[in-house]
Amino acid sequence: MTATAITPFETVAPVIELSGARKTYHTGDIEFEALRGIDCRIYPGEYVAIVGPSGSGKSTLMNILGCLDVLTSGSYVLAGEDVSHMDEVALASARNRRIGFVFQQFHLLSSLTALGNVELPLIYAGVAPAERRKRAMVALERVGLGDKSRNHPGQLSGGQQQRVAIARALVTEPAIVLADEPTGNLDSHSTRDVLGMLDDLHAEGSTIVLITHESDVAARAGTVYNVTDGQFVGMGTEIAK
Amino acid sequence: MRPADLLASSWRAIRSHKMRSALTMLGIVVGIASVVLTVGLGLGTQKDVSEQIAALGSDLLIVSPGSSTDESGMRGGFGSGTTLTRADADALASTVAVPDALAVAAEKTASVSLEYGESNWTTTVTGTSTSWPEVRSRELLYGTFFTDEDVASGASVIVLGAETAEELFGTAAVVGQDVTIDDDTYEVVGVLSEAGSSGDTSLDDMAVVPMTTLVEQLDDSGSSESVATIYIKAAASNLLSAASQEAESLLLNLHGIASADGADFTIDVQDSLLDAATSVYQKLTVLLTGIAALALLVGGIGVMNIMLVSVTERTREIGLRKALGAAPANIRNQFLIEAMILGLSGGAIGVAIGVGLALALPTVLGSTIVISGLALVVSVVVAVGIGAVFGVYPAARAAKLAPIDALRDQ
Ligand SMILES: Nc1ncnc2c1ncn2[C@@H]1O[C@H](COP(=O)(O)OP(=O)(O)OP(=O)(O)O)[C@@H](O)[C@H]1O
Ligand SMILES: [Mg+2]
Repeated sequence: MTATAITPFETVAPVIELSGARKTYHTGDIEFEALRGIDCRIYPGEYVAIVGPSGSGKSTLMNILGCLDVLTSGSYVLAGEDVSHMDEVALASARNRRIGFVFQQFHLLSSLTALGNVELPLIYAGVAPAERRKRAMVALERVGLGDKSRNHPGQLSGGQQQRVAIARALVTEPAIVLADEPTGNLDSHSTRDVLGMLDDLHAEGSTIVLITHESDVAARAGTVYNVTDGQFVGMGTEIAK
Repeated sequence: MRPADLLASSWRAIRSHKMRSALTMLGIVVGIASVVLTVGLGLGTQKDVSEQIAALGSDLLIVSPGSSTDESGMRGGFGSGTTLTRADADALASTVAVPDALAVAAEKTASVSLEYGESNWTTTVTGTSTSWPEVRSRELLYGTFFTDEDVASGASVIVLGAETAEELFGTAAVVGQDVTIDDDTYEVVGVLSEAGSSGDTSLDDMAVVPMTTLVEQLDDSGSSESVATIYIKAAASNLLSAASQEAESLLLNLHGIASADGADFTIDVQDSLLDAATSVYQKLTVLLTGIAALALLVGGIGVMNIMLVSVTERTREIGLRKALGAAPANIRNQFLIEAMILGLSGGAIGVAIGVGLALALPTVLGSTIVISGLALVVSVVVAVGIGAVFGVYPAARAAKLAPIDALRDQ
C-alpha cells in the first residue's frame, strides 16, 4: 500500500524519494508523531503543492525535505544521495548543493544588497568572487530585478524581496526549490507576481515543492498532496491545466 | 568557504553594528591602554632607579681582607683580617697597575666618643685619604675636606657627618670649632652633606679623619699598617669588571699568591642598593601587571558578554546562513574572527591612547614613562588573543544552533 503519485516521469530517477518517513518530536515526557509514515516520490521537473490543515505536519515535512532536520525513522534519498543518516556538516553541504529555499518571511540579510544576498549560497559553496557575482546577476535578471541589484532589502517592496529570495534559491541550480508559504506575507498583486515567477521556473524545468494553505495557490501546481495528521490522504491529485 | 569571504563576512557584521562593536571594543581599549601605561611606567621607574643607583656609585669596588669562602665553602675571616694594607691601597691608586680605576680610598675605623662643651656623642670615625669624597660620592655641606698635607702630617683635623654635627653642636656654627677625643683636640674643618643610610648603618652619623691621624692617635687595633676596606671607583660603570680584574691581579702579585683560589682578600661590587631597588621594582612590576591583567580580564568578559548578545540577536541570520549551506565551522569561524577583529581594533586603539597618555603624562606627573616597541606589539597580540579566547564560547553557541529553531526565532 503506497501513496506514490502516478506520474509521467517514472522512467527517470526521482529527485526526492521518501519511504516510511516518520518524525517524532519529544517535548519533555510527551512524544508527538508529526509525520506518520509518508512515502513519496517527486520527479525532475515536477511542480508539487503540499496542502493540509494547520498542524498537520507540512512544515515538518518541508524541514525534512530541505535537510534542515532528520527523520526519526524511514529513509530519504535526495538526488540519488541517502541523506537520512548524514551528520550536520554533510547536511549543510547537501542543502547548499541541492536545495533552494523560499521562506514566508523572505529571510534576507538587511546588511547585504540584493546581489550580496543572492551571492550568499555561492559563498558557502566556495565559488570565486567574480564568478559568484556573474551568476548572482544572472539569477537577479531572471527574476526581473537586474536593475535593483544594489538595493538593500529595506529599499525593496515585499514582492521584490521575495523575488530576491527566489533568485537566491535559484543561483546554485538546485535539484529542488522548496517554498513554504511563499506568498503568506504578500498582497494579492505581489502574490500573483511571485506565483507567476514560480510558473516560469517550472516551465523552464525546475522542480518545485510548494507548501500552502490556499487552494488557488495549490491549483497552479501539477500535483497536490493532501497532508492530514502527518499522513498523505489519498493519492497525489493531478491538476489538469 | 574561502578565507577571504570569511574575513569579509565578519568585517561586514562588525561594520553593520557600529555601536555594539564600539562598546565591545571599549573594554579592550581601556585594558590595553592601561597595559601600555603600566608597562611604560614600570620601565620608566626601572630606568629612573638605575640612573639613581648609577649616581650613588654602582661603579664602586669594595676590597675586603680575608677570602669570602674557605675550603668548606663557609665564609672565613671575611672583613676581619689584617691582610690588606695601606701599601696595597697606594699600589691600587697607581694609574699604571689599575688603569680603569678613577680613584682609590682605604678605610679604617674606630669607635670614639666626641665631646664639645657639655655635649658628648659616640660615633664611628673613619681614617682615609683625600680621595674619599670622590670615591664614596660624598659632598661637603660646610667647610672643606682635609688636605694631603693633613694626611702627611697626621694633623688633628676632623670632618663630621651631618647628624653627628647636629648632635654635638645643635644649630651653632661648626666649622673652625674644636672637638675633643680622649682629651686630644681636633679642629672641625668640614661637615658632610646628608646621604641617608645604607642598610642599617647611617651614612650621616660618622666622622672622618686622615688615615695617619687615625692610626697614630685613635686606633687601638695594634696593626698600624692594616686597613679594613679599600674602595676603588672605576672610571665608568662599564669598566667595573676590568678594574676588578686589574685590582685582583695586582693584589695577588703583591701578596705573592699564585692562584685566585688562594686569595686573602675579596673584591665585591657595591650591589646592596641595586638589590634593594630591584626588589622594590619587582614588587611594583607584579602590582602593575596584576592591575593590567585585571583590566584585560574585564575587557575580555565584556567581549564575551556582547558577543553572546550578538549571537542571540542574530539567531535568524545564523539559521538562514545554515539553511543556505553554512557548516557549523563556518558560523563558528565567523564569530571567532569577529571577536578577533574587535580585539585587534580595540588593541590598536588602546595602544594609540596608551602612547598618547604616556607622552602627555610625564609633563604632568614628572615621572618617566618608557615606551617599548615590543610591549606595544605584545599588547596588540594579547588583545587579539583575548578576542579569540573570550569569543570561543559565543562562537560555539552560534555554531550549535539548530537551523530550524534559528529560522523560527522572531
Ligand atoms: N519542534 C517541535 N517540537 C514538538 N512538536 C513540534 C515541533 N515542531 C512541530 N511540532 C508539532 O508537530 C505538528 C506539525 O507541525 P507543523 O509545523 O509541521 O504544522 P504545519 O502543517 O506546518 O502547520 P501550519 O500550517 O500552521 O504551519 C504540530 O502539532 C506541532 O505542534
Ligand atoms: Mg507550517
